[in-house]
Amino acid sequence: MRKVEEFMRTRGLEVGDLVRITKVEGNGRIYLEGLVMPPYELSPGETLTIKLDNGYNVGILIDAIESVEVLRKGGERDRASFREVLPKRKGLPNVTILGTGGTIASRIDYKTGAVHPAFTAEELAKAVPEVFEIANLTPKLIMNILSEDMKPTYWIKIAKEVAKALNGGEDGVVIAHGTDTMGYSAAALSFLLRGLNKPVVLVGAQRSSDRPSSDSAMNLTCAVKMATSDVAEVMVVMHGETGDTYCLAHRGTKVRKMHTSRRDAFRSINDVPIAKIWKEEIEFLRSDYRKRREGEVIVDDKMEEKVAILKIYPGISGELLDFLVEAGYKGVVIEGTGLGHVPQEFIPHVQRAVEEGVAVCVTSQCLYGRVNLNVYSNGRKLLKAGAIPCEDMLPETAYVKLMWVLGHTNDLEEVRRMMLTNYAGEITPYTRPDVYLR
Amino acid sequence: MGASGALGRVNYEEIGLMVGLEIHRQLDTFKLFSPVPSELTEKVDFTFERRLRPTMSELGEIDPAALEEFKKGKKYVYEGNYELSDLVYMDEEPPRGPDREALEAALQIAYLLKATPVDEVHFMRKIVIDGSNVSGFQRTAIIAMNGKVDTPWGSVGIPTICLEEDACRIVERREKEVIYRIDRLGIPLVEISTTPDIHHPEQAKVVAKYIGDALRATKKVKRGLGTIRQDLNVSIRGGARVEIKGVQELDMIPLIIEREVERQLNLLKIRDELRERGVKPNDIREEFYDVTEIFRDTGSKIIARTLKKGGKVLAIKLPKFRGLIGKEIQPGRRLGTEMADRAKKYVKGIFHIDELPNYGIREEEVEAVVERLGLGKEDAFVLVASEEETAKKALREVLKRAREAIEGVPEETRRALPDGNTQYMRPLPGKARMYPETDIPPIFISPEEKEMIKSSLPELPQERVERYVREYKIDKSLAETLVNDERDELFEELVEKGVKPSLVASVLVVVLKGLKKEVPIENITDNHIREAFELYLDGKIAKEAFEEIFKELAKRPEKSAAQVAEEKGLTLLSEEEVERIIEEVIQANIEVIKAKGMGAMGMIMGRAMAKLRGRADGKLVSSLVRKKIQELS
Repeated sequence: MRKVEEFMRTRGLEVGDLVRITKVEGNGRIYLEGLVMPPYELSPGETLTIKLDNGYNVGILIDAIESVEVLRKGGERDRASFREVLPKRKGLPNVTILGTGGTIASRIDYKTGAVHPAFTAEELAKAVPEVFEIANLTPKLIMNILSEDMKPTYWIKIAKEVAKALNGGEDGVVIAHGTDTMGYSAAALSFLLRGLNKPVVLVGAQRSSDRPSSDSAMNLTCAVKMATSDVAEVMVVMHGETGDTYCLAHRGTKVRKMHTSRRDAFRSINDVPIAKIWKEEIEFLRSDYRKRREGEVIVDDKMEEKVAILKIYPGISGELLDFLVEAGYKGVVIEGTGLGHVPQEFIPHVQRAVEEGVAVCVTSQCLYGRVNLNVYSNGRKLLKAGAIPCEDMLPETAYVKLMWVLGHTNDLEEVRRMMLTNYAGEITPYTRPDVYLR
Repeated sequence: MGASGALGRVNYEEIGLMVGLEIHRQLDTFKLFSPVPSELTEKVDFTFERRLRPTMSELGEIDPAALEEFKKGKKYVYEGNYELSDLVYMDEEPPRGPDREALEAALQIAYLLKATPVDEVHFMRKIVIDGSNVSGFQRTAIIAMNGKVDTPWGSVGIPTICLEEDACRIVERREKEVIYRIDRLGIPLVEISTTPDIHHPEQAKVVAKYIGDALRATKKVKRGLGTIRQDLNVSIRGGARVEIKGVQELDMIPLIIEREVERQLNLLKIRDELRERGVKPNDIREEFYDVTEIFRDTGSKIIARTLKKGGKVLAIKLPKFRGLIGKEIQPGRRLGTEMADRAKKYVKGIFHIDELPNYGIREEEVEAVVERLGLGKEDAFVLVASEEETAKKALREVLKRAREAIEGVPEETRRALPDGNTQYMRPLPGKARMYPETDIPPIFISPEEKEMIKSSLPELPQERVERYVREYKIDKSLAETLVNDERDELFEELVEKGVKPSLVASVLVVVLKGLKKEVPIENITDNHIREAFELYLDGKIAKEAFEEIFKELAKRPEKSAAQVAEEKGLTLLSEEEVERIIEEVIQANIEVIKAKGMGAMGMIMGRAMAKLRGRADGKLVSSLVRKKIQELS
């Protein structure tokens, strides 16, 4: 226990108590009055934080505190309650919002400074009223994780919730997702949801929803708009540029987070986004998307989790691949250099992996462009060793796809056939000139 | 000293004057949360557009007015520059820092003002949704508490010293959007507020000066226009707290306070008179009278123009206000001026009965309005000519101000005007909405760090003046001017380079001040001055050339000192050239010299210097002249 927790416990202090502190300062004493605040998570815990009457927080060195007088116990704060679901408006489409963690909207307790996620329909309606003019929203929190903690079993869980909503008559589904691994989840859902008949939109925020400048509300609005469109695909909808002007809908298998923090971090790679979205309208940038249709969506949830991504770099040792083979991995996606190359010394290790029945797929760490193993001799040798070149697929998409493919077959020829079959727009037939770095 | 004007001398104690100061000053460091140079620039490379959404409180409440603004589609356009903008201040990257130099400067200031630094600094997010902060909040933290300034009138407390981010510069305000420049955003500001324990206008100046001195002592504050912002909170007993923003000059502080006192006393007199006449706020009703017909053939150009465009003339009744709207409350400003200031949001101006007939409006028109509104002899009217809905909005503001006049002095934020008067700006801000800035871990300030800063505090300006007199043997008044005009750092730098202290001081003080009346000397930068002194040290110019060089630089600041010296022929001539020119003078006056011998020295010197002033050292000239005359006689 840190000093601050110990101090609060022995003095009987609770968060929210109004206290008067006498503190030794040099040769004198000073007095401070304020509300006891929760200790900061990552600090060494040598200080007690109080909120002064003017709203500011300050930390007080516990060793210098002479006495604490509780002027008023904090007691229970008024708790607001919000309705989970709101009555549906006739004539509007119905959209389910699945929450996976993070916050679309939040409430700030200006008294304590605490920020609470807001996810009931009523809270959303208060925070982003305009979105309820587009559709009747049913929010549903299905998990509460940070997106870096996402894993394949969760993808399946999300896919099942999506199918349940769509097959239950909803017109579209929006998935609120942390941005770190949103690209992976979008790719995974693209393969897991077979016979998709309605829009499935992943959305997130790059700036927290407690701040007035958050991108969250606009992204949500555009995502809901897209969920009412006639695109029966898995998409990611996020800001199109740094300004709050428009959003882009990216195809789930072709999208990647390309910036650590910008609002427009998500980009379509090697492909054109499906649409530009404003609150009022959708401008389609292509017409070859899968259209809304009748029928039922099926969750094809067989996935092999023993798959890894291996990035090639100068000096890489073949031992790494050997290790994966020995650890029982069934598939490896290589992020090769340039056109998809690996060092010459590495090639025998690939050959050995293939001989052991491990599927070795090749993508490029360039991200942009298509792999081609016929141009240089090392490429040709890699092909001969049995590697599967994955066209213009993103490494992350190839990784998710390989898990899904290996869930269905162990036969390497069948794996090759499936990896090179376009299931969800993950492979484009030819490389357009206008899709590089934009 | 007492307030001026009709009030005569005011006993400030008797009227219960209370003044508090809030001083903001920019620090000359990197930006507070990103190592970007904190420089302003006129270069705009890109813009981006944002909207700010009001945030929801714990209980799910959203400020309805703010939400309404948002729904109307209010947007903010930010202008940026590639070299001096960064993602942190575009709210596209989490904050870094804080800048250690800024933090240390704030701690020094704290100790100079006898305040106690906190043990751990917690940065907060203060919600600001007028667009001036890209993120929608300003980051701010208390650095120290419980300081004080001692004055002859008594001690004034400094409850808090904060370190915070400056906001964007406003470029243009349009109906649906506001244009901001982001270069100023994030420049560290030290905010010092005092308790309202200032009870005399002159005392406020003393306190502001003392705080300003402590700030400057750190040598970490920015200088020049806009780098310091002084706000005054003024109230008198029975009056109200009025926040006056944008006081630039120290010397204006007493006058502004005196004028505010005058204003509040006069508003209280108006209130008393209105109460005497028996009018209540509820008597002022929102009834608009369309009096357009009365003005069909008006001589007022403003009204005629409005009517031509299809506008209307609307009138409201202000019962019992006759004679009071026109009453002066500050020199040149009336209650009517305050009403007009409020209406300014919508229309250019208003007309009220106390100033009419005038502005082309005739007696008959005034009478017709009086009759139409059924006004008694104590009742007043206010007219607005505009498109109908706009006119109504403007008149609603007037009605509101009239109701407030019955209550007394309204609490509000006012803007300081150059003449010492003030003008309505906006209502007083509500209580700040703050929550912790979780992206910046609290900063622990150890007792050792505190001790270190405390033991190496910079010299205060008064101490510096004394040192200059002692060390450099310059006149005390010169030393004071150097320090007060913030030329002291430059002074020391130039002395360090080897210029005689008395020369530096006289150029920086006497020469520059002398030019003040003729040219805009604020255009002369420290670099200009440095260059000029370098030319002097290199023997390229004479000390007599400074004046001429600075005069030109003030007018053409884009030039360099060397350029000006060259163009104006102020560079020193070589000894041979000097000798040649003297020879010419001698030859031209050869008869006189032959006649008077050394007696001609004064005249020849005069003629030679006329040609050589600023281009040759006087001593050299005189020795050459002497030599030549001796040779001839």
